[in-house]
Amino acid sequence: MNWMLILFIVLAFAAVLTAIGLLVSRNAIYAALFLALNFGTVAVLYLMLGAPFIALAQVTVYAGAIMVLFLFVIMLLGADKLPRGEVLPWQRPLAIGLAVILLGEAGFLLFHRLRLTVALENPGAEFNTLQAVQELGMTLFSQYLLPFEVTSVLLLVAMIGAIVLTKKEKGEQA
Amino acid sequence: MENLGTIPLSGYLALSAILFAMGALGVLIRRNALIIFMSVELMLNSANLVFVAFSRYYKLLSGQIFVFFVMTVAAAEVAVGLALIVAIFKSKHSIDVDQMSSLKG
Repeated sequence: MNWMLILFIVLAFAAVLTAIGLLVSRNAIYAALFLALNFGTVAVLYLMLGAPFIALAQVTVYAGAIMVLFLFVIMLLGADKLPRGEVLPWQRPLAIGLAVILLGEAGFLLFHRLRLTVALENPGAEFNTLQAVQELGMTLFSQYLLPFEVTSVLLLVAMIGAIVLTKKEKGEQA
Repeated sequence: MENLGTIPLSGYLALSAILFAMGALGVLIRRNALIIFMSVELMLNSANLVFVAFSRYYKLLSGQIFVFFVMTVAAAEVAVGLALIVAIFKSKHSIDVDQMSSLKG
């Protein structure tokens, strides 16, 4: 029995179902929790692909930091439910049609043009668990050192931007 | 360990395409700005999955490093985007994107 394939199919179904849950849930908190579950399943997929560092970064950065930020803002604003106002009647079917077209184009490119139906063989020595993290660190701090440093500037700019956007203006009363 | 079996690359690519299309659908049909934001995160995440799958396929680590940078950009984007949503909520008392139809608050 091909256990990895069964595991992959189960995880893929879980990822797609949680994405559907994100789309259809009325309450924003449920949507955020579905998205956290989706990030978790994708993290397990990264582990199966032999990327343990990325899997753990996914759990800490996405499922940890980003989702906590989302939930914090949802609860801060009390914006978990929107009143059901007027909706453009043609918007939903049109959007579903456009998404199906997007999916069809992606499928056409992947399966017809590229013919990428090859199987991923078992990872070599460079993708072994500890070795992979070591190699990743070496590459990150030698070949990609400058982009890594620029990343810190990006995070600083984002931090300053968030503070400037939310601080009170002079003379404004709360 | 040799008997673990293999998964075709196309499986990962198909899953990623489905997740990306659902993220795009979420951006189109939802009106809650926070859920639109979450759908954008879903699309970024599906792109990351393709990066890691191709990194495994070509046996190059650069794909995984690029995922690392995409995660950084996503974190920065969420910080600024949520600050924007909070600022809009302060002036409009709603995060319905239909309400954000005027340029001047």
